[in-house]
Amino acid sequence: MGRRIFGIALAVIAAFAVGGIALQREEPINALWIVVAAVCIYLLGYRFYAAWITAKVLSADATRATPAERLNNGRDFVPTHKWVVFGHHFAAIAGPGPLVGPTLAAQFGYLPGTLWILVGSVLGGCVQDMIILFLSTRRDGRSLGQMARDELGPLGGLAALIGTLLIMVILIAVLGLVVVNAMKGSPWATSTVAATIPIAIFIGFYLRRLRPGRVLEGTILGVALLVLSVWGGGLIDQHEGLRTLFNHPGPTLALAVIAYGWCAAILPVWMLLAPRDYLSTFLKLGVVAMLAIAIVIMHPVLKMPAITQFVDGTGPLFSGKVFPFVFITIACGAVSGFHALVSSGTTPKLITNEKDVRLVGYGSMALESFVGIMAMIAATLLDPGVYFAINTGAGVVGAAAADAVQTISSWGFPVTVEQMQDLAKEMGESTLFARTGGAPSLAVGMASIFGTSFGRGLMSVWYHFAIMFEAVFILTTVDAGTRVGRFMMQDVLGQVWKPMANTSWYPATLIASSIVVAAWGYFLYIGVIDPNGGINILWPLFGISNQMLAGIALSVATGILVKRGKIRYALVTFVPLAWLALVTTVAAVQKVFSDDPKLGFFAGASDLAHKLAAGTLSPERAAVAPTLIFNQQLDGWLTAFFTIVLWFVICDMLHVAYCRVRGLPVRGSSEAPFVPSKLNAFAGSGARA
Amino acid sequence: MKQAIKTVWECVRTVSGDNAYERYLSHHTQVHRGIPPLSRREFYAQMTDQKWSGISRCC
Repeated sequence: MGRRIFGIALAVIAAFAVGGIALQREEPINALWIVVAAVCIYLLGYRFYAAWITAKVLSADATRATPAERLNNGRDFVPTHKWVVFGHHFAAIAGPGPLVGPTLAAQFGYLPGTLWILVGSVLGGCVQDMIILFLSTRRDGRSLGQMARDELGPLGGLAALIGTLLIMVILIAVLGLVVVNAMKGSPWATSTVAATIPIAIFIGFYLRRLRPGRVLEGTILGVALLVLSVWGGGLIDQHEGLRTLFNHPGPTLALAVIAYGWCAAILPVWMLLAPRDYLSTFLKLGVVAMLAIAIVIMHPVLKMPAITQFVDGTGPLFSGKVFPFVFITIACGAVSGFHALVSSGTTPKLITNEKDVRLVGYGSMALESFVGIMAMIAATLLDPGVYFAINTGAGVVGAAAADAVQTISSWGFPVTVEQMQDLAKEMGESTLFARTGGAPSLAVGMASIFGTSFGRGLMSVWYHFAIMFEAVFILTTVDAGTRVGRFMMQDVLGQVWKPMANTSWYPATLIASSIVVAAWGYFLYIGVIDPNGGINILWPLFGISNQMLAGIALSVATGILVKRGKIRYALVTFVPLAWLALVTTVAAVQKVFSDDPKLGFFAGASDLAHKLAAGTLSPERAAVAPTLIFNQQLDGWLTAFFTIVLWFVICDMLHVAYCRVRGLPVRGSSEAPFVPSKLNAFAGSGARA
Repeated sequence: MKQAIKTVWECVRTVSGDNAYERYLSHHTQVHRGIPPLSRREFYAQMTDQKWSGISRCC
């Protein structure tokens, strides 16, 4: 009864908060409305929809022994308390994606992005994560690729492998671009980010040699050093000689990030990757909690309109109408296909009770989605003029500050050069114009939230703390992604020549790492030299690839649900799948076939080629034009490829479903047979769904 | 109250992996009696390699 009242109360509060957002159309709204609406919607989704799915659709069975119990080896298969698994899983899925996507999507106003984050996660992303986690738990923790192969066929498995490898390349490139743009021309940011490398290595030695496995000690020590490095970066910034040492343009920094990525991929994990990850996880959890508290304390008013004129597709950050591009831009935070790889990786091996998938799968994604909501708040509490000045590339509004403010003000978002200079000075930067990629504007937003809540005097320190936090985050993904990419590459190369698959053979490691780093390094470098900021090209490509992966995951889930005979219930994954297939396909068609050079990849390439031939480009632009032309064409082909892969898998799934419905033979289920649980012996009788 | 703090602290240690070795030891003594367990250093090295041989971080 108490729970029912709680549920009704939640529904009333959610309705009230959403109504508040909807009705206050002509006046600015307070961020607290959004926070309240979001939290209530997540809780409602968790309490009702997720519970219904676990009970009816999945028929989660507490009496069934999970792989953690059956295969317990004290290492990777370990029955673990659900809140601990929740922590592990959240740390694994939460990356920089939900921070960047909403920041970029804020160009449409706060409303489209916020609605998609809420609806997309509750009905799509959380469901995907939970169901894939459940299905993998039923299959001894098999990966998404293996499940696709077992349940759909070899084609599905191959699509999942190729999709994962490509998304990894695009993801690392785009995140690398975000870091480079945050460090560009900023000695403070660059020196702080650089300092994180020796700090991580020191912690690596500490945990390996000095005090083996004392993770908490090492982490706290490392985080203290990181905070010191933010302060130290400020001192370096003041010092004339040291300052120039860390003051670099984008291309130099891009090469540095590429070199770093290559070293990180071939060094042993304990030296750099593992310690960096401990620090990044600690910072991530700390900052997310701090941000939530600070937003409630500050309860800022959102200055961005609910909807801007850029929903018509003329947006300066990236081109394309609100449909379908808001759904592509915000992938992480709403639906992220990448999560399916984690949900079918380490997490299912820790689940003690099948019913825990609701908290671990659905709950973790809801929290990640909330991080996306906070990023949206941090972006939209800025003056819209400032937001656009920071996030728009010089190629769009002009390199001179006066031109930029004039263009941006003419859009109806007034901003002045003095305002930008004052802000840059307050943040300890030389300029904040054209700092594309989302990280600087998010850092300004976070600095104002933290500054207002916890002390305004340290604005520049907060700003660089936020930059450091994002960079640590991103570089962890760069390290881990390159490493995973290397394993996959070795897998692929091993098919051609056996020794390449041997992960302990050093030449194979070197070759595979170099190929992966070269692949993402290429996209990163092109993004950096692109005068429009690069992010406008790379981020949609990343979004499309991530949604494609989600489409593959949801196809696998739908296929399995249909095979289990739950045809009507398969709608819970089929509806999000249909929606993602629609938005991804529409977006991909526009990116490939549009005549608008700002939107279509091929149109962009031929437009640039015409300008180059006509000689209307400035010498610097003409020098990079051939590279950019080739790159846009490559991006066009990649987009087409992603879409074709997605539709192949969908057709494969529909074929399997058709056979099942018609009673034709289909592949048998790869589910592990039922073994009664000893751990949850009492759970069956008294426990609730 | 004291009990609650202790539970939270244990939870933090488990999530972070701080007590992974203790948990491994208790599992080892229960299941593989007679076989000498790995040292703390060996165990940490193996855990680290294992954790990073698959996809354990995301976007």
